[in-house]
Amino acid sequence: MSTPSPLFDAPGPRARRRHAVLTALGAVVAAVLVALALRRMAEAQQLQASLWSPFLTAVVWREYLLPGLRGTLQAAALSVALAGVFGILFGAGRLSPNRSLRWTCGAVVEFFRAVPVLIMMIFAFTVFAQRQVFPNELNPLAAVVAGLTLYNGSVIAELVRSGVVNLPRGQTEAALSIGLTRRQALRSVQLPQAVTAMLPALISQLVVVLKDSALGYGITYGELLNWSKTLGSAYANTVPAYLVAALLFIMVNVWLGRGATAVERWLGRRRGAVSQPVDDGAPALPAAGPTR
Amino acid sequence: MITTRGVGVVDVLGRYDVLGAFWVTIQLAVLAALGSLVLGAVVATMRVSPVRVLRFIGAAYVNIVRNTPLTLLMVFSILGATFILGLQLSSATGSNIFRWAVVMLSVYHGAFVCEALRSGINTVPHGQAEAARSIGLTFGQSLRQVILPQAFRGAVAPLGSTLIALIKNTTVAAVIGATEAAGLLQEIVENETGTLAVFMIFAIGFVLLTLPVGIGFTALSRRLAVRR
Amino acid sequence: MIGRRGRVVLAAAVATALGLAGCGGGSGGTAASGSSGGGQALKIGIKFDQPGLGLKQGDTYTGLDVDVATYVAKKLGTDPARISWVQAPSAQRETLLSTGQVDLVVATYSITDARKQKVSFAGPYFIAGQDLLVRSDDTTITGPESLQNKKLCSVKGSTSAQKVKSKYPGVQLQEFGTYSECVAALVARGVDALTTDDTILAGYAAQPQYKGKLKVVGKPFSQERYGIGLKKGDTALCRKVTDAITSMVADGSWQKAVDANLGAAQYKPGAGNPPTTDPCS
Repeated sequence: MSTPSPLFDAPGPRARRRHAVLTALGAVVAAVLVALALRRMAEAQQLQASLWSPFLTAVVWREYLLPGLRGTLQAAALSVALAGVFGILFGAGRLSPNRSLRWTCGAVVEFFRAVPVLIMMIFAFTVFAQRQVFPNELNPLAAVVAGLTLYNGSVIAELVRSGVVNLPRGQTEAALSIGLTRRQALRSVQLPQAVTAMLPALISQLVVVLKDSALGYGITYGELLNWSKTLGSAYANTVPAYLVAALLFIMVNVWLGRGATAVERWLGRRRGAVSQPVDDGAPALPAAGPTR
Repeated sequence: MITTRGVGVVDVLGRYDVLGAFWVTIQLAVLAALGSLVLGAVVATMRVSPVRVLRFIGAAYVNIVRNTPLTLLMVFSILGATFILGLQLSSATGSNIFRWAVVMLSVYHGAFVCEALRSGINTVPHGQAEAARSIGLTFGQSLRQVILPQAFRGAVAPLGSTLIALIKNTTVAAVIGATEAAGLLQEIVENETGTLAVFMIFAIGFVLLTLPVGIGFTALSRRLAVRR
Repeated sequence: MIGRRGRVVLAAAVATALGLAGCGGGSGGTAASGSSGGGQALKIGIKFDQPGLGLKQGDTYTGLDVDVATYVAKKLGTDPARISWVQAPSAQRETLLSTGQVDLVVATYSITDARKQKVSFAGPYFIAGQDLLVRSDDTTITGPESLQNKKLCSVKGSTSAQKVKSKYPGVQLQEFGTYSECVAALVARGVDALTTDDTILAGYAAQPQYKGKLKVVGKPFSQERYGIGLKKGDTALCRKVTDAITSMVADGSWQKAVDANLGAAQYKPGAGNPPTTDPCS
């Protein structure tokens, strides 16, 4: 929003004055709200030093928060990598000229998009545990990754599909006119463009995955939320522990979001105007939807 | 309490109010869908508005809400907002839970609706906005009459994803004791130690709820797609 | 793999029994192969977030369940240092046992017929009962019948929540994902009482941070017999564990553990304690 918006003119002196008044008003309202909230918290004895001081000790970070963060990041990284592969395979499958392949991939994608991630995780955990698919200690992680991969892979498959569909038609027409088959055109012209255009969305999807790994707590996976619950029990500071966990989630995710924007910009520079329409393609940024 | 060996589909459907639980899920989803659409449209307008403080508030809202797990938002709504801040939406515990669940689902998905609309706005060529301004339309007029109608078309696909996500995310309301489907699933698992049949009932229930939405929105986005 | 090795060692110790119980899952067969040297490592499932019962406090573990487990392990020939503690949330206890992720579960695990279909129990080592936790200055709540129009907190889907819902419909029930959230709500005066097993309640009331702020009402209205969960059909291990529990009660360690972990809450174990153990079948 730093570049001048085409939606409105640069504000003149009167508008600027009005905006300054509004800003001041907003600041006052915000300050009042924060003060009220803090007073209520103090009344409820949530601001006592004894509740917050544990976060200044190394043991709390070493035993609870850092293991939690590591669990969250580990599950998220694995899931997003696998979901990328899943998404490209099934996204390409949905574009295949082969009707039955297209239909099967479509059914798989729509099914996994439809089932809540938590239910998939519980299901995967039960199956993995009963069949002894993985070494026992890995079952919770594997189930979390399976649930996240299937769901987010389906979302990415949709991104791939719409990325290809939204490419300028000229790209396909040119590819076909120089004698490439449909499959060759898909593989060497359409997919590469769609996938690179998708990279920022993939990183945004990582944010979704990161938050959703919190569902793994239900199947004993040691991620950040799970560990802050335990922390809250041990130090009798549940509310502060959750607030700190929320802050950590926000910090990591904002940082990831910045990464996505940076990649997007880098891609934009690199590709110049060639695939401009893909940048504008509706799903690129926001289809990194909320989930579960 | 209940001591049975294997739990069949018929058993579960007979002993537990599965349909009732899914009805709560549907109510939560419909109300929150409306709430998030309104909230998302308002915040999207704020984010593209000429007033800087509104843009700032909109951006802060989206960044905070979108990056926090919904589970935490839900817990904060009761533990933080109701009990510590004293913001009770109903004196009856049950409806307080339900209302806060709707509010939190709306707040959470409102951020995604906002981003979907904003990306929709981005698909509208600059010329449209410039033309609207040059014929003397104000910001509000050009947004309402020129930009947003086109933006919605571009935003159909991500809006569909958000709606599907919302339907499924109603399950998270179980953490504050809402009586929807996932809460009942937990109850059944607690009593009977969950079987495959039990999971399948709930999985299929959600497929039935979300599949039509997914297919509908895919078709809609294809129909409304702007060929460029 | 480590998990299996842990099981192997334990199973080797009770190899004779496995011959008898071998009809269970196929994994019993793996026990015969390989025997790693050294002492007997044990994997024990406990709660990580129940003060007074099983709590991860920094890098140590405390609570009644932990003390019972340590005592039992010692009787089985395992040094406390060779115990690895595994988090065993309620919903996963059966799976953890049947897949061999843990050898024992000592985690506020009530013996029920439904659970006996999937796992075996040694014990009980404690008789708990559903009770109420209230703020110390609250004199209006004296038992479940006085809960009319009060706000009660419990964990979503738990049997205690379901019981209250069906038995006392006038109660306003607020459910959360975990008890510590309920306790926070209780202290913040958002709810008036918290219901679950009296042991769990006493554990919170005994926490130094809540000292003097919370009290257990002391009128249990159900009976929960805590057992030590083990793999279904492992009768030999069951006998050894049962013997260990009996001797823990006899030599006074049981009382000591109860006092040390729950005594600060002015909590006295209810009727039936110390319990007599069931025979292993």
